[in-house]
Amino acid sequence: MAISSDQDVLNDNAEGMSYLNRLPRRVVTIYLPLAVFVFVLLFPFYWMAITAVKPNQQLTNYSEYSPFWVVSPTLDHIKYLLFDTSYPGWLLNTMLVAIGSTVLSLAAAVFAAYSIERVRFTGSRPAGLLIFLAYLVPPSILFIPLAVIVFQFGMFDSKLALIFTYPTFLIPFCTWLLMGYFRSIPFELEESALVDGASRWQILVKVILPLAVPGLISAGIFAFTLSWNEFIYALTFIQSSENKTIPVGVLTELVRGDVFEWGALMAGALFGSLPVVILYSFFVDYYVSSMTGAVKE
Amino acid sequence: MSSQSIPPPKARMTDWLQSRNATGLLFMLPAAAFLICFLTYPLGLGVWLGFTDAKIGRSGVFIGLENYWYLWHDPVFWTSVFNTVFYTLIASVLKFALGLWLALILNEHLPFKSFFRAIVLLPWVVPTVLSALAFWWIFDAQFSIISWSLMQLGWIDAPINFLGDPTNARISVIAANVWRGIPFIAISLLAGLQTISPSLQEAASLDGATSWQRFRLVTLPMLTPIIAVVMTFSVLFTFTDFQLIYVLTKGGPVNATHLMATLSFQRGIPGGQLGEGAAIAVAMIPFLLAAILFSFFGLQRRKWQQGGQD
Repeated sequence: MAISSDQDVLNDNAEGMSYLNRLPRRVVTIYLPLAVFVFVLLFPFYWMAITAVKPNQQLTNYSEYSPFWVVSPTLDHIKYLLFDTSYPGWLLNTMLVAIGSTVLSLAAAVFAAYSIERVRFTGSRPAGLLIFLAYLVPPSILFIPLAVIVFQFGMFDSKLALIFTYPTFLIPFCTWLLMGYFRSIPFELEESALVDGASRWQILVKVILPLAVPGLISAGIFAFTLSWNEFIYALTFIQSSENKTIPVGVLTELVRGDVFEWGALMAGALFGSLPVVILYSFFVDYYVSSMTGAVKE
Repeated sequence: MSSQSIPPPKARMTDWLQSRNATGLLFMLPAAAFLICFLTYPLGLGVWLGFTDAKIGRSGVFIGLENYWYLWHDPVFWTSVFNTVFYTLIASVLKFALGLWLALILNEHLPFKSFFRAIVLLPWVVPTVLSALAFWWIFDAQFSIISWSLMQLGWIDAPINFLGDPTNARISVIAANVWRGIPFIAISLLAGLQTISPSLQEAASLDGATSWQRFRLVTLPMLTPIIAVVMTFSVLFTFTDFQLIYVLTKGGPVNATHLMATLSFQRGIPGGQLGEGAAIAVAMIPFLLAAILFSFFGLQRRKWQQGGQD
């Protein structure tokens, strides 16, 4: 043991102090807890997926079929979802609302962030602070007055209501994130553009934005995810089935009475999660950077 | 914010300053208009509604503190306040402990590290309502997979009534909340951990520090500022949680899981008592302000620690 560990130390290519942890110890302190964490964090998704393809008679018959596996999977639940409910419409609504509110917020946030961070008008510092405070105002205390306002504006029960209210949490978030990105762009670039006679608009469009593309992607996909996941506004402002978003539609229309169609429900949950999960899988690093960026700044 | 632009030539100074303010305000206009219209105005309107007897379909008249007086004597309201504080406290502590643990694990040298990091964040990416539906199925009174597994192991005799019993329901919703909250905390703290130089750890271990001492005296102090900010966000979002409860229990059984946000929704929208719902929402503000102040001082401390001025 002693000899082998000495050799390990000599051959060790790992950085830092990892040589202090030998393998058996690592199994107990690192790999085992990690496995438990990963299992617990992923199990609901597995359960969702396996339920979505389980035939109804296997769904509740635990004595004859192992609940953890599925014999002869079926697409019935998915077929039911796609052809006998308004699900495809909800999917489209959610997509429209998420894209609309993201584009709107991103556009407003780019100008605001650039203005606060680089134009530095009088009062830009308090404006930055206010943006941060606005980020901390939760939808749960705004939805009642917002419902009144949405009604006054005649947008009640329309997708427009969601496209205009989601920016309340998206603009502060995107602005805050983009301020961090703009801060990292060297001043010299802007100064040389100014010397060359560029206007503020030209600087923003031709110098800053091309350099801030990673920031824009981060803010954009994050905003898209946040609006895809939004629930309380959509629940409050939308009444008619054809305007509902996925989370609201699945919860209010697929859950009926006492007979739960777990297969269809889980299929609905799975397909509703898929778009953001796919987006996420392509842009993991952008997600992580926007999440930690928003916290760190 | 530390860098400064080189001042432009003196002759054009005033001219420049004016145009700078004008451009600045012009660029701020879209965001400001939106936020004033849909954030500041509703915030004010919410406070006003709390003092009125507005109902759906009819704007109310000013009734002073009557809503608050009514709530003060409403045991359901106090139950919801207790539930909210209890839920926030327990869930936040658990999320912090487990999240920090997961962050420390992911900070080790692991094979497929970025893969693990990516899948760990999944619960946070998926819409809360949809993952809560999965939990609803997992917590089913008859066909819960947890009950089934425990019965197979012979640990229990009958299925657990997860959402039908007050105590069980509270534990269940907290568990679901913790499940969803861990990734955010773990990944944020991991980012913080990665900024800590390994040489500090090495120096401490050369001085004979045990791994616990290295954690407590090196890692934790370096991480404190980011912990303060992350936990503020976490507390804020847990305190105002709505979706999870609405899906899993709708506040039941016997109001055991009603949070202030769900009570506000129930009284305000299906119940039609906009004024009362708004008053409950306003009652959440003092708690939120406390959380924000905490965050503010956390940020201050961070700047002080890093020796920055701004």
